[in-house]
Amino acid sequence: MSVTDRPAAPQLVLEAGRADRQYWPDLWRYRELLFILAWRDVSVRYKQTAVGIVWAFIRPFITLVVFTVVFGHIAKVQTNPNIPYALIVIGGLLPWTLFSAVLGDASNSVISNSNLISKVYFPRMIVPLATVLIAVIDFCVSLSILAALMIWYGFMPGWQILLLPVFVLLTVLASLGPAIWAAAVVVKYRDFRFVVPFALQFGLYVSPVGFPSSVVPEQWRLLYNLNPMVGIIDGFRWCIVGGESPIYLPGFLLSLCVTAFFLWLGISTFRRIERGFADMI
Amino acid sequence: MSDTVIRTTGLSKKFIIGHQVEQDSLLREAMTRGARALMRRTADLIKGRTRGVTGQIEEFWALRDLDFEIKRGELVSIIGHNGAGKSTLLKILSRITEPTEGRVEINGRVNSLLEVGTGFHPELSGRENIFLNGAILGMSRAEMKRRFDEIVEFSGVAKFIDTPVKRYSVGMYVRLAFAVAAHLEAEILVVDEVLSVGDAEFQSKCINRMSEVAGSGRTVLFVSHNFAAVRALTKRSIVLEGGKLAFDGPVEAGLTYYTSTLGRGGVDRNWGRGKDATLVSARLLDENGNATDHFTPGTALRLQVVVDTTGMPGMSLTMILRDQHNLPVGYYSSDPFSSVALPTTAGRYECTLSLDRLFLAAGEYNIDLQTTSTAIIPDHKVDGALQFYVTGCNPGDVGYDFRQDQGAGHLALRLSAPLHFKRLSGAAIPDLHSDERLGQR
Repeated sequence: MSVTDRPAAPQLVLEAGRADRQYWPDLWRYRELLFILAWRDVSVRYKQTAVGIVWAFIRPFITLVVFTVVFGHIAKVQTNPNIPYALIVIGGLLPWTLFSAVLGDASNSVISNSNLISKVYFPRMIVPLATVLIAVIDFCVSLSILAALMIWYGFMPGWQILLLPVFVLLTVLASLGPAIWAAAVVVKYRDFRFVVPFALQFGLYVSPVGFPSSVVPEQWRLLYNLNPMVGIIDGFRWCIVGGESPIYLPGFLLSLCVTAFFLWLGISTFRRIERGFADMI
Repeated sequence: MSDTVIRTTGLSKKFIIGHQVEQDSLLREAMTRGARALMRRTADLIKGRTRGVTGQIEEFWALRDLDFEIKRGELVSIIGHNGAGKSTLLKILSRITEPTEGRVEINGRVNSLLEVGTGFHPELSGRENIFLNGAILGMSRAEMKRRFDEIVEFSGVAKFIDTPVKRYSVGMYVRLAFAVAAHLEAEILVVDEVLSVGDAEFQSKCINRMSEVAGSGRTVLFVSHNFAAVRALTKRSIVLEGGKLAFDGPVEAGLTYYTSTLGRGGVDRNWGRGKDATLVSARLLDENGNATDHFTPGTALRLQVVVDTTGMPGMSLTMILRDQHNLPVGYYSSDPFSSVALPTTAGRYECTLSLDRLFLAAGEYNIDLQTTSTAIIPDHKVDGALQFYVTGCNPGDVGYDFRQDQGAGHLALRLSAPLHFKRLSGAAIPDLHSDERLGQR
């Protein structure tokens, strides 16, 4: 028996309202569980489906086609004629899909893992974080659409494309805040199971997914950037089509501030409520 | 490092039970109340505050001022009635929930086993579930790899290790789940009632394995209703009663103490009262007339009930036997079934219901008691008045355990005449497969 080959655990004190200093180190110690939970959900998701992982590709692709037709050809949104409209759309669609996957899945994650929460200890934040990991995997699959489009249109991206990972990270951070906030409060108020899908549906129209944010009148642009996804989607497009789709800097900074605020709100709310999860779930 | 691995001081846990006021049947009233509550709740909700239950709020102390110490290498059983706070205590020690007051100091790594097969996913294969379950229970990947073969061998399902567990039988599933759990390494092991799984043979294998773990210097906290397992595995008992520490000492004395409290069943409990007939207390009796909470299949189920009556005629004493999922198993009502009503002179009475011999499947049972007028309208209703356990049921006196959780009902059916097979003809059994093929054509 190999109990001795591990370092002695420090003394642990359990008390009401005690801010657990072990929390963040624990989160790191339980990283294997994070990967295992993500792996479980990924490997289970496409069981008994005919085309499997291709679903991660089909959904954004069809949305891409519809948006390109609706905004580019029917509504005829004014854009730079040098850039294929499909590239404008994919630049918004990819981060939006990632955002909505994180928010949608993570907000339900605590409830759908209630059997674990009420039977085993682990830092609860593992659960929403695992769904983030899954959403990122799906995102990587759908990146192939972007590559295919660039080849199809013979579009050569500039150096800006190298900054794409930064914006992927920003998308994750922007969605993580609201996601873990919702994951925590949904335990007490199941109302949010209905609110989150609705908010996402609504968000699709108030975010510049099918159109560039430049179509918004100048005097409203800063206000528009209160939606954190506006600045991030702008940045995403800038990476893909380069200087042809410039970033609106004040708005971008505002989006970052909003992202940071939600991240703080999410983490602090989650940390406060999670201690009672097992009693409420 | 000190020799004390767990020390609790003034440990208490409070639950808030919100009683939604059901009486507001007037929609208008409900709506105005609802609107006001909604405003308050919305405010709470945005701040993420975990309050906002409308209606009456009742506090319930699941644990109250618990002080005890556990030394390294001690084997301790925690026993008590349902609702005495055993599970709450285990949940606090395993960090699943937080104490309301008091504190716990723990030296060492706690691994807890409150359920076997936590997180098992039906779509995944046995192999995948071993790794999943292991990770959930806190084993590292390297540890899992090292012990994988051992686990598979212990479970005895090696042949099906790459089959999705949804295709497993209940028995195989449980074996695999327990096998992972049994190989959990920990300095302090906290185990809830998990040994009550599987058939008799597998159970004894589990108990052996547990005593092996216990023998290797680990500290073990163990909750069970299975007295045999408690005796075999632990040396010290902590008896909880209504959330308080009632007894702490050697295991035999603990079990004796616990059994003696069964008789006082009604003392601490407040069952409320009925209009004409009030149930005061009830207890289950064994063959010698002593209180018990274990029932031996094939014996008479004897229930001693104390009841107050105003002398109202036509009152019936009614019981409903329920299984561990609270599904009804059997029903008895004294007036319609045996034309016996409660006495018509006011006073307090004691009676013993002796039911016919029952072969109940092993598992947990509850009894609801009621006094009813005209055999239909409940006068005083006490749900879950009694709990009892059947630890083993083998009607044929062979090594077979008939259990509730097999999903084959609750009663072992018995024959009234011996079973004989009479030969009717010498013909071979028709080939079923060729018949099927004919049907498909």
